[in-house]
Amino acid sequence: MLKRKMFVPILLSGILLLSACSDSDNASGNSDSKSGKTEIKITWRGLGEQDNIKRYLEGFEADFESENEDIDIVLSPITASEGDYFSKVALTMQSAETAPDIVSEDTFMLSADANAGYLKPLDEYVESWDEWDNFIENIKSGTTGDDGTVYGIPTTTDSRGIWFNKEVFEAAGLPSDWEPKSWEDVYAAAETIKEENADVVPFAMNVAKANGEAVSMQTFEMLLYGTGETLYDGENGKWNVNGQGITDSLVFVDEIMNKRDLGPSLSIALNANYSSVMTQDLLPTGGVGMVLDGNWNIAHYTEGGAHPLEDIEATLGFVPFPTKDGQSPGFITMSGGWGWSIPEKSKNHDVAWKVIQAMSTEDLQTKRALTGGTLAVRNDSAESSDYLERPLIEQATKALENANFRPKNDLYPNVSIEIQNAVEAVASGTMSPEEAAANYKSKVTDIVGEENVY
Amino acid sequence: MEVTPNISGKKKISDNIKSSIFLSPALILLLIFFLTPMLLTIVFSFTNLALTGTQAQNLKFVGFDNFVQMFNDAELYNSIGKTLIFVLFSAIIGQCFLGFLIAFLMKGKNSTFRRAIGITVIAAWVTPEIVVGFSWVAFLGDNGTLNSIITALSGIEPIAFLFEYPMVSVVVANIWRGTAFSMMAFQAALDDIPLEVEEAAVMDGASRWRIVRNITIPIVKGTITTNLMLVTLQTLGVFTLIYAMTGGGPGNATMTLPIYMYQQAFVSYQLGYGTAISLVILIIGALFSLLYLRFLKVKI
Repeated sequence: MLKRKMFVPILLSGILLLSACSDSDNASGNSDSKSGKTEIKITWRGLGEQDNIKRYLEGFEADFESENEDIDIVLSPITASEGDYFSKVALTMQSAETAPDIVSEDTFMLSADANAGYLKPLDEYVESWDEWDNFIENIKSGTTGDDGTVYGIPTTTDSRGIWFNKEVFEAAGLPSDWEPKSWEDVYAAAETIKEENADVVPFAMNVAKANGEAVSMQTFEMLLYGTGETLYDGENGKWNVNGQGITDSLVFVDEIMNKRDLGPSLSIALNANYSSVMTQDLLPTGGVGMVLDGNWNIAHYTEGGAHPLEDIEATLGFVPFPTKDGQSPGFITMSGGWGWSIPEKSKNHDVAWKVIQAMSTEDLQTKRALTGGTLAVRNDSAESSDYLERPLIEQATKALENANFRPKNDLYPNVSIEIQNAVEAVASGTMSPEEAAANYKSKVTDIVGEENVY
Repeated sequence: MEVTPNISGKKKISDNIKSSIFLSPALILLLIFFLTPMLLTIVFSFTNLALTGTQAQNLKFVGFDNFVQMFNDAELYNSIGKTLIFVLFSAIIGQCFLGFLIAFLMKGKNSTFRRAIGITVIAAWVTPEIVVGFSWVAFLGDNGTLNSIITALSGIEPIAFLFEYPMVSVVVANIWRGTAFSMMAFQAALDDIPLEVEEAAVMDGASRWRIVRNITIPIVKGTITTNLMLVTLQTLGVFTLIYAMTGGGPGNATMTLPIYMYQQAFVSYQLGYGTAISLVILIIGALFSLLYLRFLKVKI
């Protein structure tokens, strides 16, 4: 009998205990932690052990906290594949309990997240901020929504091109100051490498859906914009679905991966770790001849990176990617970048802004560009001597001359997924370039509406 | 002593009250965490619910738009096809048939033998799905066990099984994982068949095959139906294994409905369309169940 009598109170107290626990959880998510400091949670896409942003932020955290004793910076990376990162960030920003105070946003997601109401407009803040004029004008447009409102402060930008291993080139009898003028030149160099050494992967690019946006931007758009076409006509607000350039770009993927067999095996190409295997492991050791990728990979080869090289420029080259037949302007790059934004659901907008301001000084922006291997977003940082002395910076900046930006449209992320599907389908031999282009056309038409395609 | 009947009457009522009190937390929990999400799924499949973009802020009922879109979605038909292939080969042919065969062959064998085989098969069943996925990725990889053996024996180049034979790979992995369930179900059913029935048939000169066809299978028909249904429904929902092994690729070669639903909901940010696809999974599951009940004419 005693046991039965005890049961209900025990059950009740258990429930009370559980709810008490959840209450205290909520409290710790609030701004007032036990120490009385304001917690500012910073979220970015973590990369595990080789995380340049983490290295940079840890340095920043220590300096900032010693100067601002009332603020506690909490580093809260989301370690996920590129695609998953954006889903997870969107989910955390839906609730005040989980929203970070500062979030790292890729410029291509910014419009969509802003239109979803996740991001706080920063116009008021930047108006009274004298440093804002020091940011490079066209990079500011990357963190401005399609309504003209500023939703983020740029922190990195980038260019893309062909990384090549000079030792592999030398062994194959190719010049170490190689500069391709057309896609044919790229095929030719890759075929020469293949003939010389069958164990070396001649040419690699992002083709797996697992690599998310990198497939759209580093591969497909670099090709498409090199055919003279664009993805989206911003003036009329219409998407390109019929262009020959779409098929041509997919033909390039098909030629490299299947017809001429110049790419890596599918086990590597379709692996989620493709990027780190290629850029951190195979490229610096001569396991691959050419890699179509971003300039930021330089960070892997400098001190503290994943694979430091003694003399980077002696081993590696970085050249702008040529247009299809060498047509004007000769080479192109896609340019993107990331910025810091403040989620609308954060409870500490003003303090978060203070932290962003502190991260955006000339010094820290220069440091950010150096740690991450990215390009500077401030005019003064871009002129600092440390930055200009970085290996291959000249080539990376040169590529920017003909930079294109991704469509400013909140449906771009959805279209981008269809690009990734098309590229993977062709690369894996599931579809021919023509079939994939037709499928792309029907999918994109579904997404944006029949009246918005050309 | 004289009030006994009275007490038992009261006791019955208070027992009923007691049991409903004790059951109510479970019922409430079921309502909150099971029924509500299910109803919400149906509601959301008629909306444009999205994870980001303008739609995320303007939740609207769009009527049957999601379902109209589905009818024109070639990718969805592909996924339904892939799902049916996956279910047919890995669940119906693979797990049920193999499970029955193992159980049948083990019937009446000595207990040490039965235990050894049983533990081996069940080991796959108790392993978490994600671990099974990774084990098979490791086993089938370029430098994996299978390729090492093939290369050592024949000297041919490693075969990229997961990319060249993706559907076969996930089907085999799922059979490997799921057979134990069917085996256990059939073992229990087969053990219940009275030995006399079979002995009588042997006396009458029936062949082994005849006994299986005319005696064993009719007796365990109920188990076969239940098992087919359970295994089919389970396999329809397999996500982790395929996602870990191939991610639905290469291309869309292993894009079964659960993977496609995930892609639409969390990769393309179209939660509304994703939930509509989940209803398709539900309908296919229901159709399969009806089919089994009709076809095998068993009452459950």
